[in-house]
Amino acid sequence: MSPLLTVAIVATLACYGVAMALAAARLMRGPTAEDRVLALDFMYIVGMLAVLALGIRYASGMLFEAALLIALAGFVSSAALAKFLLRGEVIE
Amino acid sequence: MSLALLLALPFVGSVAAALLPTNARNTAATWTTAVALACVVQFGLMFPEVRDGGVLRQSFHWVPDMGLEFSIRMDGFAWMFAMLISGIGTLVAVYARYYMSPADPVPRFFSLFLAFMGAMQGIVLSGNLIQLVFFWELTSLFSFLLIGYWHHRSDARRGARMALVVTGTGGLCLFAGVLLLGRIVGSYDLDAVLGAREVIHSHPLYPPMLVLVLLGALTKSAQFPFQFWLPRAMAAPTPVSAYLHSATMVKAGVFLLARLWPVLAQSELWFWVVTGAGALSLLLAAYAAMFQNDLKRLLAYSTISHLGLITLLLGLNSELAAVAAVFHIMNHATFKASLFMAAGVIDHETGTRDIRRLDGLYKVMPITGTLALVASAAMAGVPLLNGFLSKEMFFSETVYLSSYPWVELALPLIATLAGIFAVVYALRFSFDIFFGPLSTDLPREPHEPARWMRVPIELLVLACLVVGVAPAWSVGAFLDAAALPVVGGTLPEFSLAVWHGFNAPFAMSLVAMAGGIAGYLLLAPLLESGRLRRVPIMDRFDGRRLFDRSLVALGALSRGGVRVAGTRRLQMQLLWVVVACLVAAFAALQGHGVGWGDRPRVPASLEFVLLWSIGIACAIGAAVQAKFHRLAALMMMAVAGLVVCLTFAWFSAPDLALTQLAVEVVTTVLFLLGLRWLPKRIPEAVRHPTLRDRARRGRDLAIALAAGGGLAALSYAMLTRLAPQSISPFFLSHALPEGGGTNVVNVMLVDFRSLDTLGEITVLGAVALAVYALLRRFRPPRESVEAPRQQRVLPADLKTDLVNPRTAPDTALGYLVVPAVLSRLILPIAGLVAVHLFMRGHNQPGGGFVAGLVVAIALIAQYMVAGTLWVEQRMNPHPVRWIAAGLALAVLTGLGALAWGYPFLTTHTAHVALPLVGEVHVPSAILFDIGVFAAVIGATLLILIALAHQSIRATRKPATAEAGGG
Repeated sequence: MSPLLTVAIVATLACYGVAMALAAARLMRGPTAEDRVLALDFMYIVGMLAVLALGIRYASGMLFEAALLIALAGFVSSAALAKFLLRGEVIE
Repeated sequence: MSLALLLALPFVGSVAAALLPTNARNTAATWTTAVALACVVQFGLMFPEVRDGGVLRQSFHWVPDMGLEFSIRMDGFAWMFAMLISGIGTLVAVYARYYMSPADPVPRFFSLFLAFMGAMQGIVLSGNLIQLVFFWELTSLFSFLLIGYWHHRSDARRGARMALVVTGTGGLCLFAGVLLLGRIVGSYDLDAVLGAREVIHSHPLYPPMLVLVLLGALTKSAQFPFQFWLPRAMAAPTPVSAYLHSATMVKAGVFLLARLWPVLAQSELWFWVVTGAGALSLLLAAYAAMFQNDLKRLLAYSTISHLGLITLLLGLNSELAAVAAVFHIMNHATFKASLFMAAGVIDHETGTRDIRRLDGLYKVMPITGTLALVASAAMAGVPLLNGFLSKEMFFSETVYLSSYPWVELALPLIATLAGIFAVVYALRFSFDIFFGPLSTDLPREPHEPARWMRVPIELLVLACLVVGVAPAWSVGAFLDAAALPVVGGTLPEFSLAVWHGFNAPFAMSLVAMAGGIAGYLLLAPLLESGRLRRVPIMDRFDGRRLFDRSLVALGALSRGGVRVAGTRRLQMQLLWVVVACLVAAFAALQGHGVGWGDRPRVPASLEFVLLWSIGIACAIGAAVQAKFHRLAALMMMAVAGLVVCLTFAWFSAPDLALTQLAVEVVTTVLFLLGLRWLPKRIPEAVRHPTLRDRARRGRDLAIALAAGGGLAALSYAMLTRLAPQSISPFFLSHALPEGGGTNVVNVMLVDFRSLDTLGEITVLGAVALAVYALLRRFRPPRESVEAPRQQRVLPADLKTDLVNPRTAPDTALGYLVVPAVLSRLILPIAGLVAVHLFMRGHNQPGGGFVAGLVVAIALIAQYMVAGTLWVEQRMNPHPVRWIAAGLALAVLTGLGALAWGYPFLTTHTAHVALPLVGEVHVPSAILFDIGVFAAVIGATLLILIALAHQSIRATRKPATAEAGGG
């Protein structure tokens, strides 16, 4: 791997880390439940991106699939939370 | 037919009978009769082989490591019992067809009947003592079910429970005794035990072993002081009584005594215990039988008395007495079975079993009357009937016994007295109900029973007569064959003649007859008029009361124990679990401790530290918020889970990351479904924490920190040292050549350790079913039963064009539109991803588990956006069927290996060449993995959907109430 790529991945991951930290702060502070759900959904997306970056670092196709699974299923928990806030129950 | 097949036949028949429809009375009866008759014929044909001391054997490996063989052994004695069990079983089956009412679930009766018969044959044909105890307990269980067959009646339930407790406890004693015996001899094999007489008698453990074995035998045979369960067991249907108390169940006890007679008898202890119990049962039960007014109870006490006679004979330590005991076992079975059946006929045709109400029945049922008269004469020991012969042998044994002087005097007295009582109760059973003026106030108009209901009785009574008139010609050969193994070695001289000349035993018989008739004339008016209701003197000494009291005391003791040591508060239970773990861990580390290892550490990187700080902060936040802000806590937990997934990905464990991710999503949805039903916070109820509250919280925090910190420290200590490579190199090197896969984890799950996986998916299915069953009875608390706040914003009667998801036919239109479209798009994609993950699983990360979760998530998403009703109208997922299919497939795959002669769950890899795709490995483990896949989908969906259904149920109730009101 080229040195540029190595450095770029570290930088990317650090940025993602900062993004997640900010989202985590929002998740803790709120103030409304909707803020927290948005923060969680955002963190899922950043997590997916981090997995992609790791996939480049390890040159592993498998991690791309993990990212795919986050994209596919992470949405379901956000939708469940949204439904819960909207209607008070997830399945009616 | 081989012995093993013959032994299995009744059990197979039982399963088949259980599968018949509830009203198939004729089919079940015919089937049972056919099975029993097949046993009779097959056993009958084997007689020449066991005739002169021959023994048939057949054995299979059971637990060879422990020297246990499943061995079937039949000698003459076992043959005689097998014939009694199957022969009388056949007759009772015919009889039961006419006795049982079409309204009863008759196939269940016959199924239990056959199973009991099989268990009984298992006892007599066991060539191994452990195996004998196994079948022994099986008879206790099936007799419990048979006695309690009419389980809507409380007396049947009580009688069944009492029989089970007494005989089951005796069975445990017997088990302990057999273990001791096996230890003394060094083998559980019956042949080895029967050949080790000297070793057993000289061993210091002989007395305790003997007492334990005798406890087993005496409880089963209802001998004093354990006799009380038998009269209570009369609540069973009469065919059951006729079978259990003539040829089987209670005979198992005397069978065991006779089986082990050659090695256990001939000691002082044996003499005192066995003879003592036998003599007391003989006398006291005969005495009690005289005063019974219920036909079946009279017969029950008479059974105890006759078993006492057999026990007494076996206790005398005389070979001739043992022969007499074997003879009486046969005779008692024939006349007692016919008497029980006759009692059943009378009950069936008149509607009552009360001797005081029954009179003059001979006029209306002459054939049954004649049969009952002959059979009860055999019971009383009238000459020219079989009962007379064995009773005569018994009398002569008591007369010619050489023992202590007072025993020599007392035994003939007891025998004669019991003989007198026997004549009295036989007269009450026969003379009292058949002669005199015909009763007029019977519940039913009495008449002769159906033709085939009488045939079994006729055959048995015929046997009584034939044996009584020509004993040597009819049963001589059978008795020789049966008695030979009991005395072990050579048979003593005895003569089976009807007339032995005028001697002491005959004089005793005459005294018994005369005394009995006199006693009957004296007693009958007293009982008939109702002046004598209870058994004089004996009534106070009833074992039943002692039994009831000890059960009550046991219950009180357990309740006290629960009060002292138990709590219903979850906090306390958790506290003790955690404290116990802490103590155990510290105790294990005591002395040598554990330090950090010296494995080279991975250098920390800034971004990873940041990631973990987020995860840790969220985990702590979740713990802090869990009490009052459940939703926030849940979301923080989701973040912590996400960080764990990222960590797995970071350290190149993609398969763990995949699985963890799917689990996280399902967990979040599960918690959200549960949150709906948790009660809301009531601000007024929150009180200011007192000093005590603070102290308790401080204590809990300290314990939690100690436990959590300790676990973290332990993990760190473990992770920083190189683990010894014990089994992982084996799996790594064998996965591809022997498991046919490069994904070692998956090959382990579905191949190397597939038995563990099978166990796990079984537990998974069981848990899901338990959750489902619990939720069916779930009643939400009052606070959360009404619709959530969001659904009550609009008044129910408001006219509006807003979509109401509860009533809208399809909520995906005009409501939650974007997620709905996405969710429906996801379903096929998720299916594709699942297939991909599954197919690739054997060689690369993936497999049935994660594929199952992905499908389950996609299906749950449909439920979320469209509602339960919408989804289930279009595609009901039937989760229970998924579980069943998955488990069945996994087990069948395992069994498939057996069919090809390999051990259970062996994997076979086939190479298949497909067009376009090329050559493919198809290991049979793939089928197993499909089973895992289906079980995971089923279990996940079952739990989540069962929770989801609660919200429909909760709202449906008021709707129907309105409809009813309107």
